[in-house]
Amino acid sequence: MDILTLFIVIPVITMIGIVFCKDHKQVKWAAAIGMGIQLLMAAYLIIHFLMERNAGNTAEMLFVKDVVWFPSLNIHYLVGVDGISVAMIGLTSIVIFAGVFASWEVEELTKEFFISLILLSSGVFGFFISLDLFTLFLFYELAVIPMYLLIGIWGSGPREYSAMKLTLMLMGGSALIMVGLLGLYFHSNPSGGQLTWSILDISKVHIPVDVQKFFFPFLFVGFGVLGALFPFHTWSPDGHASAPTAVSMLHAGVLMKLGGYGCFRVAVFLLPEAAHELGWIFIILTTISVIYGAFGAVWQKDLKYINAYSSVSHCGMVLFAILMFNKTAMDGAILQMISHGIMTALFFALIGMIYGRTHTRYINEMGGLMKVMPFLGVAYVIGGLASLGLPGFSGFVAEMTIFVGAFQNVDTFHRVATIIGVSSIVVTAVYILRVIGILLLGKIKNEHYEHLTDAKWHERLSTGVLIFGITAIGLAPLWLSEMISGGLGPIIQRLLLAGPVH
Amino acid sequence: MFTYTVWIVLIPFFLFILIGFFGHKFKPLVSGVVGTSGLFASMALSYYTAYQYFFVVGKTGDVFGKIIGYNTVWLKLTEKLHIDLGVLLDPISVMMLIVITTVSFMVHLYSIGYMQGEKGYMRFFSMLSLFSFSMLGLVVATNIFQMYIFWELVGVSSYLLIGFYYTRDTAVAASKKAFIVTRFADLGFLIGILLLSFNTGTFDFLTLTDPNGVAITQGSGIMFLGLSTMTWSMIFIFMGGAGKSAMFPLHIWLPDAMEGPTPVSALIHAATMVVAGVYLVARMFPIFHFSAPVALDVVMCVGAFSSIFAAVIACTQYDIKRVLAYSTMSQIGLMMFALGVSGYGAEEGLGFMASMFHLFTHAFFKALLFLAAGAIIHAVHSNYMNDMGGLRKHLPITHITFLIACLSIAGIPPLAGFFSKDEILAAGHEKSMMLFILGLIISALTAFYMFRLYFSIFWGKQQQYHHTPHEAPKVMTIPLILLALGAVFAGFIPFSSFVTSDGKPFASHIDFAVAIPAVLVGVLGALTAMMFYMKETNIPETISRSLGGFYRAAFRKFYIDEIYLFITKKILFNYVSRPVAWFDRHIVDGSMNGISYVTNEVSTRIKGMQSGQLQQYAWIFVSGAIGLALAFIYLWTL
Amino acid sequence: MFEGVPLTWFLILATIMFFVGIYGFLVRKNLITILMSLELILNSVNINFVAFNKLLYPEHLEGMFFTVFIIAVAAAEASVAIAIIINIYRRLVNIDVENMKEMKY
Repeated sequence: MDILTLFIVIPVITMIGIVFCKDHKQVKWAAAIGMGIQLLMAAYLIIHFLMERNAGNTAEMLFVKDVVWFPSLNIHYLVGVDGISVAMIGLTSIVIFAGVFASWEVEELTKEFFISLILLSSGVFGFFISLDLFTLFLFYELAVIPMYLLIGIWGSGPREYSAMKLTLMLMGGSALIMVGLLGLYFHSNPSGGQLTWSILDISKVHIPVDVQKFFFPFLFVGFGVLGALFPFHTWSPDGHASAPTAVSMLHAGVLMKLGGYGCFRVAVFLLPEAAHELGWIFIILTTISVIYGAFGAVWQKDLKYINAYSSVSHCGMVLFAILMFNKTAMDGAILQMISHGIMTALFFALIGMIYGRTHTRYINEMGGLMKVMPFLGVAYVIGGLASLGLPGFSGFVAEMTIFVGAFQNVDTFHRVATIIGVSSIVVTAVYILRVIGILLLGKIKNEHYEHLTDAKWHERLSTGVLIFGITAIGLAPLWLSEMISGGLGPIIQRLLLAGPVH
Repeated sequence: MFTYTVWIVLIPFFLFILIGFFGHKFKPLVSGVVGTSGLFASMALSYYTAYQYFFVVGKTGDVFGKIIGYNTVWLKLTEKLHIDLGVLLDPISVMMLIVITTVSFMVHLYSIGYMQGEKGYMRFFSMLSLFSFSMLGLVVATNIFQMYIFWELVGVSSYLLIGFYYTRDTAVAASKKAFIVTRFADLGFLIGILLLSFNTGTFDFLTLTDPNGVAITQGSGIMFLGLSTMTWSMIFIFMGGAGKSAMFPLHIWLPDAMEGPTPVSALIHAATMVVAGVYLVARMFPIFHFSAPVALDVVMCVGAFSSIFAAVIACTQYDIKRVLAYSTMSQIGLMMFALGVSGYGAEEGLGFMASMFHLFTHAFFKALLFLAAGAIIHAVHSNYMNDMGGLRKHLPITHITFLIACLSIAGIPPLAGFFSKDEILAAGHEKSMMLFILGLIISALTAFYMFRLYFSIFWGKQQQYHHTPHEAPKVMTIPLILLALGAVFAGFIPFSSFVTSDGKPFASHIDFAVAIPAVLVGVLGALTAMMFYMKETNIPETISRSLGGFYRAAFRKFYIDEIYLFITKKILFNYVSRPVAWFDRHIVDGSMNGISYVTNEVSTRIKGMQSGQLQQYAWIFVSGAIGLALAFIYLWTL
Repeated sequence: MFEGVPLTWFLILATIMFFVGIYGFLVRKNLITILMSLELILNSVNINFVAFNKLLYPEHLEGMFFTVFIIAVAAAEASVAIAIIINIYRRLVNIDVENMKEMKY
């Protein structure tokens, strides 16, 4: 069996294994072992991929596997990876691994919880490796549906409302995506003959500009809903606030990246001319996302809301960078996806752990927690500093790449948008330091908190893995950036056909 | 040749890792000793480097060149733009290496005693190491982006150290303020870097600052609002420098930063980090001079204004650390001012040399002042000079060293401050008489507030203390004595034969037309302070009352803090953030909920048709069928 | 058999029966009467079948057969319907159609 298919098979085997487990402990360990193997495999995949590339294999996609699945509509099970997908797979396996350990204390319906969680992850893995639009869509839906159950059953607060809102909005997005995908399918072969769903084949076809302009908004908005594009982001604060810890982690860390990846791999890559012509509308929207999310976060009082708005801001940066149409900015966009994925997973994990101890998420009710839980406190500070783009952490690398890339566009419109985007770093600093100041520093406000315990081993492991991720990227970003920009070649080639690329 | 210099930077980094991760396994004192000895190694390496650079290999022909000791690509952005990490050696960076490692070593040594018994001893030393690492990385930067990276890192170490006593609300607020204000300034710095790198296609200092290089010769780019792109980018970059160096109007964080432990104030907020802005301007000086003279004028005006502004405030404050903070701001203003009036070239660049010289000597006497203030606070347990008086008998060593520092900063010959300040005044004098007079006023004020401090602490009325103040332990007084030696003798270094704007040494001399008035106003200021504060008198009281509103405004720091608070708390918080949050909840989310509400509502309305009445359905069915039939018939007959 | 009777007459008869049936179906409240109206509608269709069969293919009998089928099916249907009605009567003690609105919304 080829290595990419294993990424879907292992979660399935893990799920089957979990079904046969007897008690909580076995379930948790089964999930941990399965996801541990997944993490090792991701590491192996990255190394293997880099070795192939170094050995001079310049194929657009590596490890390609093509099986006809549904001949009459020409649907294939077509998988393959380039540097970008490999990076995203690495991100997913880190986050899901940490997520399993972060949900170590789920007591209610443990078996079902882990099955849904792993089902979700297999959908995500499938999405990142698919090169066939139909399978891609299938895996996308597979990732979105378990979310409803996870939030609706294991969530907190107004969980039914949030789960319903999240699922309906994402489903609305999928409807738009489906229209776009059908549009691509029926124009995939202008000369007549066999139509195709394959991204690689469609990318070699020139689709008429009018058609592109018709379908581009469907695809971009459809994926943009998942990527928290203003004004379709409101599922995110409510959804995150109600979701259990691991689900928030996975959702903000990985699932929101499906949106960015989709915009990038499908909307912009396959419809380049339309992206050029209609890009300005979305640049305005994403610029609003960036600054608006940051200002929104300043006023919030619930930890999860703060982080959800900050995700809106950071994910807005991803879409913003994609629309800048040059290699540097796109490189930055992918880096930002990875960086934000790990970072926000760290935040949500920590918020879950803090909530598990204090039973409140309102920052005004807490204070001085650094003293009683130094490990979690320091981890939160590290996450915060990474989020505000401190050098040495991944956020800085990603943001600087985006800014330098975006600045290569010379016209005033792009310049102004970029400068507005850059100014978000100040607002980010404001809300991050505000939270750290109120939550962790100062005096302990509630004497019950004097006796709280610091992190347990599984919590240390979970946060440790994530912190390792952000610092490793932050200290030595070159290999990752090179790997990603290797994958950007064909995309830039195609954009060049559409118009000037800076 | 100079590859080993990378260890000057890396030793503190490994110290940080070592103490940060493993410090808690040992007794607290171990982290202090390890940190101090590591810094000593770094300092020894710096001195060796300085010797090698200045006396052995640095000169090519007659000029001190720029040597890349080490360089590696850290991140590739575009084909032309890549961020490197490396070590660049030239006169100013080598000088900074000496200043930073020396002061940092002294502060480490001093802190072993000062922080004794504090909770978080190990945290303190690991952060000091982090700071030293960042600051050293900043000064040896080979490119402007490396500088920005370490610029942010010094910002965060400063944040962490100001907030060292994190259970104290004022410290938390001060650290937050320091970080956000400098972050805002860094936004300007970043935009400046983006503009500059886009224009010139490089981050590299060697290319950027070469007077015959492409960056300078290619011209200044398009105009915007009457100024060229180059000018704009330099103004933006200077904004970053002004933020870090606490220049008006971005100075508000510095006085509050005194909430940190005193050794931190000495290291970060007096000797090293706050002069990073000056260093930045000095580093970019050729571009300022050739491509953006307007920006250089901005530097001069901001520097001069900050200097006099801070000097006036310093005369009114009672917290001794705040007085020192404003004095720092005033001295840095002088350095900026000197850079602003300077030209390029050996003799032309007198201001440049003077600025660097003053930076060098200032590091010694200001660090000394802070450390001595720390010893005083340690003895008296108060920051306020009202609680002090007559301490000269109790703290003899502190007294002498403090006096030396005061004499030095007041510019009394033959102490170090005299020489450097004299060069600054001479540079101002060359430019215009007005600026010279301004410099004299600042000098007089400096002497006045320093001696006001000195006399109220060590003379003045005898206070009753709870327990008799006692001299600090040896580990604290030795750094004081060593720094005092620096404050006395640093001025005798023939600075102009080492550090000049273009690397060409020249001979400087004392111009008596400048020196005599400078010394006179210094002595005058000191004597005035002596008259006011040596014995308990009511002269200061009378004068401050007669100044009325002006005094009150100066005492309240000209209400700058209040203005900032108004803008951030009132306007940004209430009129931007809150409406955004409201807008999001009610308009954006409301419209999403609105869609679901409309769907719900429509379904409630039309569900009445499902009445369960069979005959009603039949009616609708039949009338529909008949209607359709009629319609078809009509269509057919058309 | 019906020599000389024009087709129109049959159709008029069938139409009248049909609409009488419809009328009964729509306005009567008693389920049995509704069932009877339904039979009227069915039978009007049967008349049409027979008449058209006679007119178009006098030598074939398919129309007649279908009519017989429909009568058979209608009988079966009526028995099922009456069984349902009896059950309803047992539950509700009347067979007024307006009381049967369990299926609304």
